[in-house]
Amino acid sequence: MLGAEWSDSALSTQVSALRKMEHIIAVTVENKFGVLSRVAGLFSGRGFNIESLSVAPTLDPSMSQMTIVTSGDERIIEQIVKQLNKLIDVIKVVDLNETEFVSRETAIIKVHTKDADRAEALRIVDIFRANVIDSTPSTYTIEVSGDPKKIEAIINLLQPLGIKELVRTGRVAVAREPVRPVAIQAKKVARD
Amino acid sequence: MKLTGAEIFIECLKREGVKTLFALPGGVVLKIFDTLHQQKDIEVILTRHEQGAGHMAEGYAKATGKAGVCLVTSGPGMTNVITALADAYMDSVPVVCFSGQVPTSLIGNDAFQEADNVGLSRPCTKYNFLVKDVNDLAATIKEAFYIATTGRPGPVLVDIPKDVSMAKAEFTYPNSVSIRGYNPTYDGNKWQIKQAAEAIMKAKKPILYVGGGVIFSGASQELLELAEMTQIPVDMTLMGLGAFPGEHPLSLGMLGMHGTYQANMAMHYSDLVIAVGARFDDRVTGKVSEFCPYAKVIHVDIDPTSIRKNIHVDIPIVGDCKTVLRELNQILRATVNGEQKDLRKPWWDQIREWQQAHPLMFHQEKDGPIKPQQVVKRLYELTKDRDPIVSTDVGQHQMWAAQYFKLAKPNRWLTSGGLGTMGFGFPAAMGAQAAFRDRLVLCIAGDGSVQMNMQEMATAVVNKLPVKIVILNNGFHGMVRQWQDLFYEGRYASSYLDTTPDFVKLADAYGAVGLRVKRIGDLDAILKEAMATDKPVIVDVPTYPYENCYPMIPAGGCNHEMILEDPPELKKKQPGAATVTPEDKDTVLTA
Repeated sequence: MLGAEWSDSALSTQVSALRKMEHIIAVTVENKFGVLSRVAGLFSGRGFNIESLSVAPTLDPSMSQMTIVTSGDERIIEQIVKQLNKLIDVIKVVDLNETEFVSRETAIIKVHTKDADRAEALRIVDIFRANVIDSTPSTYTIEVSGDPKKIEAIINLLQPLGIKELVRTGRVAVAREPVRPVAIQAKKVARD
Repeated sequence: MKLTGAEIFIECLKREGVKTLFALPGGVVLKIFDTLHQQKDIEVILTRHEQGAGHMAEGYAKATGKAGVCLVTSGPGMTNVITALADAYMDSVPVVCFSGQVPTSLIGNDAFQEADNVGLSRPCTKYNFLVKDVNDLAATIKEAFYIATTGRPGPVLVDIPKDVSMAKAEFTYPNSVSIRGYNPTYDGNKWQIKQAAEAIMKAKKPILYVGGGVIFSGASQELLELAEMTQIPVDMTLMGLGAFPGEHPLSLGMLGMHGTYQANMAMHYSDLVIAVGARFDDRVTGKVSEFCPYAKVIHVDIDPTSIRKNIHVDIPIVGDCKTVLRELNQILRATVNGEQKDLRKPWWDQIREWQQAHPLMFHQEKDGPIKPQQVVKRLYELTKDRDPIVSTDVGQHQMWAAQYFKLAKPNRWLTSGGLGTMGFGFPAAMGAQAAFRDRLVLCIAGDGSVQMNMQEMATAVVNKLPVKIVILNNGFHGMVRQWQDLFYEGRYASSYLDTTPDFVKLADAYGAVGLRVKRIGDLDAILKEAMATDKPVIVDVPTYPYENCYPMIPAGGCNHEMILEDPPELKKKQPGAATVTPEDKDTVLTA
């Protein structure tokens, strides 16, 4: 019986390993011209999928940080990480799915607002803790940050008002710091 | 003292020990050529086409183990050399290619002969540079050679705009290179190596599967020690030929699509595959899901992306083949005893049985048409004492060369494996000959592929590169015809060449020597005559046009399911299958 259970769970692990999963990969690269095309060329040349890619310089201006959202089964993700590492301009690659991480995306949404809709638009902005960053008599331009589900949700709610334009940054992500035992001790001391 | 960019270029090449440069000039590289013209340390070999220059650099690199260097102009010069760069990238050949570029002020303006050289070469080079400032030139060239020759070797392009080659800068050549994103792993993980050693000790049916990585890392001696010590049979990939002596009793020959019967059967039924410097290419694995179904896999490779790219690996070892094998041998030396031989006796009995059941086979009738295999076999037997370097083009003749030319040592085999570039063989042979002026360099070619870089015969004659080309002339793109016979019901769509030139006259036109083998009885004498000539020679050998290359695993087939000879329905069709019979061909060619 135990044996059967064991083999079942082993099988389900195998099945999940083969499933296509979304991964967020943090890539530290040289801040040089042509690096973006090397990374993009790697993905297109090898038929890997890119859902979003964002890039900007880091604190050290000689380096840039890329956040790539991609998907694939375990074997493909392993290849993506290895192939990225193989690029000479790539300094560090972290598959964030192997740790805890937080991620955010920003969207800027321009909505039509007829007289009656303006209050409704503001209510939605309020619920999602979004901001109105530009306003005309017939439009609001709304900025919202969050995880992709939140962005999808606000888009769905704003859609009936009439979305004129929509831009999204793609996700950026960072690994969460592990909580160290030292920190817990410090808390205790403070409580005492 | 300040030097011009062109002078810096030459100084850097000298520091890197470059003796030969394969090059073709053009407007934006004239300053460099003018400076080269005024020095004597580097020999410039003017090629007739940039693709030739690229393949010569590859041949030079494969034969010497050092970087091959070529120089081309912007625009069409660059696009012409792309094939050679892509070839070098697939086969991990250290090539440094310098291209001219329009002046920096004109880049992006669609100037005359402008091309985005860095953009064009990006997917087919290991790395590439555009040098925008003459002050960066020396350091860039140092990095280019470093990247091309370390880790998994590969081609590197350095694009030099015209104004950079003319501007002046203080010359200092860096002593070392440090690139933070590039640190190849040479030493294998010790624990993994120990695991591998344990697996090797236990295996009943082990097999070594070795590739070009063994040759580039210079690990042949270590491989020989490992195989002999553990009595493990050795399969070689197309790129790995010469890594292990071809006539050694432990050698099973080449594996893969046209590999030997025993090599493929041993792979399929093995319980431990030890892959060293090989990458499980589809021409080796066949159907991946049924590849080596009973085996654990150890994979030693310096490139982590090669590991687990195509097949599952149980013991991955990222590292240099030579370093890893050395360490592995050290562990095994302490543990190997007589038991392994007994343990593996049934395995060897089985392998010998396979060997005897289906050896490489062809039928050469005494007065019949010349069989291509016989030509390669005799060429091998007549030249092996001279330790020749052998190049090939791509197709049937390449596979026959791989099967019948049993190389004893590494760096003797120049062939285009990954990209399968027809027209590679002749210029590659010239590159090797330029490196080793006194050696015998052979090029086994087909009548189809040799024409793809025939223009380089002028380069060979002018530069006194006495390469011996043996053309297995069947009037067809032979491998295409073979596939058409087997999989397209014998419809020879664009595989019959119809008007093949008279290669004897062609050689003569270039000032080389042309010879023809008209009947099988003349083969030896004419081959000997060719080998004794000190000029480039073309030996034209009209061969039986319908000979097919076996064994063969159809694309996507399984390794133990080989086609060993022409299917009966094909045999029946052969004599009248096309408009040309060998006899016709002979009269056509000698007319």
